[in-house]
Amino acid sequence: MSKFTFPESIRSRPIYGTLEARVGPAHLLVADAHGAEAILDVATPQMMEKAHIIYIPKGEDYEDKLRALKPASFYSGPSYPAAEPRLRKALADAKMGLQVYLAGTEGLMGQAQNAAMAAGIPHTAIQTEHRGSIARRMQCVHCKGITEEVETDPFVCSHCGLNLFVRDHYSRRLAAYQGVRVDAEDPGNVPTPKGIYE
Amino acid sequence: MSGAEKIAVTVTDVVPLNDLVTRFEFKRADNGLLPTFSGGAHTVVEMRDGDITRLNPYSLMSDPMDQSRYCISVRRDDEGRGGSVFMHTRVKVGDEMVISYPVNLFSLDLRAKKHLFLAGGIGITPFLAQTKQLERFNGNWELHYACRTESLGSYVDELTSHHPNETHIYYDDKKQMIDLVNLLEGQPLGTHVYVCGPKGMIDWVRKTATNEGWPREAVHYEEFLAPQPGKPFEVKLAVSNKVIQVGEHESLLEAIERAGVDAPYLCRGGACGQCETNVIDYAGNFIHRDHWLDDDEHAGGQKIMPCVSRFEGKTLVLDR
Ligand code: FES
Repeated sequence: MSKFTFPESIRSRPIYGTLEARVGPAHLLVADAHGAEAILDVATPQMMEKAHIIYIPKGEDYEDKLRALKPASFYSGPSYPAAEPRLRKALADAKMGLQVYLAGTEGLMGQAQNAAMAAGIPHTAIQTEHRGSIARRMQCVHCKGITEEVETDPFVCSHCGLNLFVRDHYSRRLAAYQGVRVDAEDPGNVPTPKGIYE
Repeated sequence: MSGAEKIAVTVTDVVPLNDLVTRFEFKRADNGLLPTFSGGAHTVVEMRDGDITRLNPYSLMSDPMDQSRYCISVRRDDEGRGGSVFMHTRVKVGDEMVISYPVNLFSLDLRAKKHLFLAGGIGITPFLAQTKQLERFNGNWELHYACRTESLGSYVDELTSHHPNETHIYYDDKKQMIDLVNLLEGQPLGTHVYVCGPKGMIDWVRKTATNEGWPREAVHYEEFLAPQPGKPFEVKLAVSNKVIQVGEHESLLEAIERAGVDAPYLCRGGACGQCETNVIDYAGNFIHRDHWLDDDEHAGGQKIMPCVSRFEGKTLVLDR
């Protein structure tokens, strides 16, 4: 099962939708891991004629299926940082009317959305669909370091080592949720980590 | 008093540009500085014509940072309700007038990487201020301006001599047309398009942009909606307990104001939403002309925008 229904939360928390095929002179689709399923669902032969797919498999086995869609251009890379120059180049070369589709984990969608916004696309015009891991990309409010793929609450900041509580407060600019020290008042009193949505 | 704050001004210049368009320059009556504004802003000009007071919005076209004066250009509309004709025939240098603080319902989105301006006829005026604003910051812009004929092309010479690379002119009588599909398809990511002109042009640009996959947020438009004359009708104002007659050449909003009832407004052109008024009861048909209410609201009979919309029928009771 690659779909997950996120519980309702504060306004700051991003809401993801279901990708739909839109009209436009070109289509840019970015996905990681199970996000490939959303691309497979939305792709039409007509769209693929003018499509550029950027995919980060993260060990999942969708690459052949995506290639079989025959997009005009296909790239597969080992990580988002590895794929990012490719994404930025695609955006820099693009013209108005480009449709952007993002699918997969929150971290991937957030960062790719950030790049698309920097290229001048209003965030409301960028489509997203969550698939796969529910891990979050977190920023420590204390040291500002980013910890990727956070699955538990609380968790340990991979930069400064503080025990951080996972908040729903999200920054589009940073493409990250906010992590705040959980034992600031009572150092050492750290609750047992559990899954974020448990 | 409703609307934006008022400024007493003196008319310091009246310059006919061609058969249809005249430019007016205002300075503060107390010789002080006018507020700066942002390109795309309009001012509401009060015209005292006997016992009729008209309040018409006009785009400010002067440099937004120039606090010594404001300029507007008025296109004469002989079919209209007389505001533009009043400006053309009655306003003289030295006259004292009252205008409103600038209000901007058509501002630049400064996140844009490029601004693409499409003007039709007198719709050029907000872009004259916006381009001046952008020039200060070395902004990236391009203007496509459609005029009926060379002689009616207000400010064409100024634009083509100051901005030869940015300005593109099209004359209807020479069958020159903006190649809109190609123009939109060629724009770099991050371009915003702005259109000001007749309704047909605005609809054409909005529709083409949608078909070309442009995000709604990147398409900006301002339509000069002047209230249209229409059959007189009677209205009951429930809160102030008055029955008023709306004349053929006045808007519902003007009739409410004439009766001494203070009603909110800002744009007086069906765009800002300020004047939205609840309908308590009616028997007849609404003539909705605003861009504010959606289709369901227009059909619903619960709301009216009195600055531009009218009514035909027996009874109309408003919550005012
Ligand atoms: S005053 Fe702006 S919509 Fe009526």
